[in-house]
Amino acid sequence: MSSETPSRGFPGDPDRHPHDAATARHDAVAALSEVERRIINRLQLGVPLTPDPYGDLALELGLWVRELLDALSSLLDRGILSRFGPMFQAERLGGALTLAALAVPEADFERVAEVVNAFPEVAHNYRREHHYNMWFVIACDRPGRVASVIEAITEATGLEVINLPKEEEFHVHLHLPV
Amino acid sequence: MSISTCPSRDRDDISVLDDGDRALIEATQAGLPLVADPWAAVGAAIGMSGEEVLARFQRLRLTGVVRRIAVVPNHYRLGYLANGMTVWDVDDQRIDELGRQLADWPGVSHCYRRPRRLPDWPYNLFVMLHGHHRDEVEAQAERLREWLGDACRDHRILYSSRILKKTGLRLATAKGASPCSE
Repeated sequence: MSSETPSRGFPGDPDRHPHDAATARHDAVAALSEVERRIINRLQLGVPLTPDPYGDLALELGLWVRELLDALSSLLDRGILSRFGPMFQAERLGGALTLAALAVPEADFERVAEVVNAFPEVAHNYRREHHYNMWFVIACDRPGRVASVIEAITEATGLEVINLPKEEEFHVHLHLPV
Repeated sequence: MSISTCPSRDRDDISVLDDGDRALIEATQAGLPLVADPWAAVGAAIGMSGEEVLARFQRLRLTGVVRRIAVVPNHYRLGYLANGMTVWDVDDQRIDELGRQLADWPGVSHCYRRPRRLPDWPYNLFVMLHGHHRDEVEAQAERLREWLGDACRDHRILYSSRILKKTGLRLATAKGASPCSE
């Protein structure tokens, strides 16, 4: 199972450069051309599910298809986009997700981060400014697995995990205008 | 965990995934190919026509398995340096109605109801806010607080100060794994 957010292309594409946000977090704010801005703003909304999606997008954006594809490729390679592809809803694939948190003593933070990150089911992990200072998403392929992963994390860290599964989804759509 | 809280979405939806869908999910988990005809390119890899790939994606979107096919920006590189998970202690009687209306707020990317864990964790509404600076996030949160009015007892903004891990959500399908949105 891959541990990187793929940036583009097919599995096995030799040009694939995994470039995740973690490695890019210290990078400077990207300088974007006017065309790149238009592409980013439009493609966050989703590509049309039509027979010629890139052709339709290029027409809408006033570009050649080649320009659109080259720009997308470059944005992915530069880590400005972390991904381009289908966004799946985990639960519909038969999996389960939860958001969990730990209150980690400062002196122990690095050790606990390593322990938690070592679980392949931990997909995202963020340090946050709060008494609960470590927040992570657990993604499992079966709903029943979540509880055992939480138990294992409790055991491995010696800390009590608070489990905050989503009860209702009101809105999910990240759109960052540039 | 509950997955059937939206009336239009229920557990049965999972059963609509057949082997072809699973092959499609595996083939596109790394991304949609950047070639003139992406449907045909995906199809060629899994022995399907481009027409069938497109038809399957259209159906998967209708059933909600695929939310959209889109780019995911790296917030930080776009200048969104302040990413706040705001958490709210909202009246249980009103949270669903208010949560639904929040979908239209600018700057809100995710909005969920989650359980309280009393006494330590009284917050039941989670709203992700994104801004160029903390001032921007705080102003958004302030407007939100005003709008929620007496339905809200308390709130906090938990800024992310470090990404410890970000692999995307990769769930096993038939034999592979898939990134899930957001």
